[in-house]
Amino acid sequence: MKKLHMNNSGLTRRRLLRSAASAGVVLAAPGLIRGAQAQAGDAIRLGAPFHRTGIGASYGRWYERTANAALKIINEGGGINGLPVEMIVEDDGTDPKRGVEVMEKFAAEHKVDAVFGHLFSHVVAATAPRAGELKMPYFLCSEAHTLASGAFNRYCFQPSITDVKSQVSSMAPWISSNLGKKVTLIYPDFNFGYDHRDNMTAAIKAQGGEIVADIAIPPTETSFTRYMPRIPFNTDVIYHVMVGPAVLTFVKELGEHLGRNRPEIFGFIDSLEAVDMEIPQLEFLEGTYFWEAMPRYAQETQSEADQAFRAAVGVDDRGASLDDPKDISTYAHMFSVWETLFAIKQAMEMADYRGPEQKIAMMEAMESISGFEEGAAFPQGDKIFNGKTHQSFGHQNISQVTEGKLKVVHRTSIEDTLYPDETDYTQMSF
Amino acid sequence: MDLAPYLLLAGLEGLVQASVLMLTALGLSLVFGVMRVVNVAHGEFFMAGALIAWACGAYIPGPPALGFIAGLLVAPLAVGALAWAADRTILQKIGYNPEGTIVSTIGMLYILQQGALLTFGPDARAVDAPFYYTIRTPWFGYSSYKLFTVAVAFALVAALWLLMRKSKVGLLMRATQFDRETALNFGIPVGKVYSAVFAIGAMMAAVAGVLVVPNQQAHYLMGTDPLLLSFVVVIVGGLGSIPGTIAAAVLIGLSDGLLSVFFSPTLAKIVSTLLVALVLIFKPEGLFTVKGRRA
Repeated sequence: MKKLHMNNSGLTRRRLLRSAASAGVVLAAPGLIRGAQAQAGDAIRLGAPFHRTGIGASYGRWYERTANAALKIINEGGGINGLPVEMIVEDDGTDPKRGVEVMEKFAAEHKVDAVFGHLFSHVVAATAPRAGELKMPYFLCSEAHTLASGAFNRYCFQPSITDVKSQVSSMAPWISSNLGKKVTLIYPDFNFGYDHRDNMTAAIKAQGGEIVADIAIPPTETSFTRYMPRIPFNTDVIYHVMVGPAVLTFVKELGEHLGRNRPEIFGFIDSLEAVDMEIPQLEFLEGTYFWEAMPRYAQETQSEADQAFRAAVGVDDRGASLDDPKDISTYAHMFSVWETLFAIKQAMEMADYRGPEQKIAMMEAMESISGFEEGAAFPQGDKIFNGKTHQSFGHQNISQVTEGKLKVVHRTSIEDTLYPDETDYTQMSF
Repeated sequence: MDLAPYLLLAGLEGLVQASVLMLTALGLSLVFGVMRVVNVAHGEFFMAGALIAWACGAYIPGPPALGFIAGLLVAPLAVGALAWAADRTILQKIGYNPEGTIVSTIGMLYILQQGALLTFGPDARAVDAPFYYTIRTPWFGYSSYKLFTVAVAFALVAALWLLMRKSKVGLLMRATQFDRETALNFGIPVGKVYSAVFAIGAMMAAVAGVLVVPNQQAHYLMGTDPLLLSFVVVIVGGLGSIPGTIAAAVLIGLSDGLLSVFFSPTLAKIVSTLLVALVLIFKPEGLFTVKGRRA
């Protein structure tokens, strides 16, 4: 009945066709313009699905700045195999569904040579299978153990940042021998958090310790006081790793709740990434410990590579932006974008890569790499790359908050972070 | 932790939750009661209030308390003006048609959210509380600012109550709510009353945003949760009923605090949503509404 009325009330066929046609033009226009730009062979195009908005926005902003700085250096040095490198950024909203859509867009519309720079593990978990289906080389700057556990496919690599399993297993012995054996875990209630829970529980048990409570917090939570009473009084160490826009609130409320008689606290720097720690409410953190992949504060033993990296990205000695001292970087993670770009460069040069028809040669070259030397291209430190699990292994740092600054007190060897292979991607077909 | 301090902490958390919820839900309820408009953009007014409070804190030099007080004044005024303009230019033009207002307030939600994203960016902005003092009990510490939030919220609700009951503006609002046609016949400028009500409703949300932001940080997506919880409160309390809304806010806030401390926050959400379903089935006019009469 309603449809009949609509037809009578002036929506003629001609008018319908006209509006449909104009809508079609509007929808097609951006595709037309972009399509005209993409021509294979004149440049190497890398798709960068960064978390510009959503809960990962602060990471996304710094990943983008770091990638731009690295590309500037690569292009000034003649690009890759003489071809300039272009980066096409798409915002995935830190949303798994949009992560997949963006991956499809990179493959179908931008026709990029490879995709790199995804961080949040729930987005990666959704996007990686699609990358394999689209036969798109996909370089992760995430930390989840999912890749090395064999759950993804041969197109996925993590050449720079280490996975949670190796981070946790290398630090658990230090935690249980220096801080205590009764541990309370606080972690985000998704994939990345479960990696922490499962690996930490196993690692602490192996050290003869025990997990007295484990507290999972949804990543979109904004208020945390209500979770705090679940921390048992007999806790020796609180182990916390939180992500999302509310991390500062989390740390503040943890401090309010505990007061002076706090147990030892060991946190992943994720709980403080992009957060200025030199504020009065965070004074209770003095003397606590943090994991850092790359130390946010320039250390006395700072390498030349770290100095050059800070200058190129625009970050000062306390990890803040040179333009705005309140804009704190995600220093312990963002190096992975830089190093991943140089790893891609190395693999492409080994395969004399000129265009998508050499994708497989490039990925085989990547699998043949056994490690990276510390230096301008790898400022975080040297690495062992496992071509079978597609995962990198590197040094981990434990820093203590000393006079409001993070000071490295322990740096693991790479051997401490190794564990037996759980998969062999080279046995899979491309 | 022993039961008593556990209960105390849960009660405090619930009270803080209830007081903020009361402010946002009252705004929503007032707008529906008088105008019969379901304002889906209500949570975004809350978010706008929080972001303006951040801007005041960041750009006004001097102690944090100064910026906070400025935020407490500027945010509701700016958001109220915005809501007034939205009513004049959008809701009035579509004649307050029920379906039309829902769709257009959904549109406003997206415009405000994306506008905030474009101007303030995607980052969570921390705001300094006007004062820091942690109340120490033998078992846990508690932020005194949170208790201050409760006091301010109750004072504002009392002020709204007085406005509705004792002032001429309140009388005009109640008359319009009771019978729009008759109010028009008696020369009440219903159009102006509507704009004022829409503005006041938005201001309540904005103040709640300002109060919350030192605890939570301002963020362009922060409006969703308060909107959902406000709807829960308003449905349980009875749409348009002010005493019902207050009672429901305290009920939902406290049960949320207790359940989430003793069990899990997810269970608290399940229970409050279940309560909404039960109320809609068995007492759709709201738990605290006497049939046929609305305050």
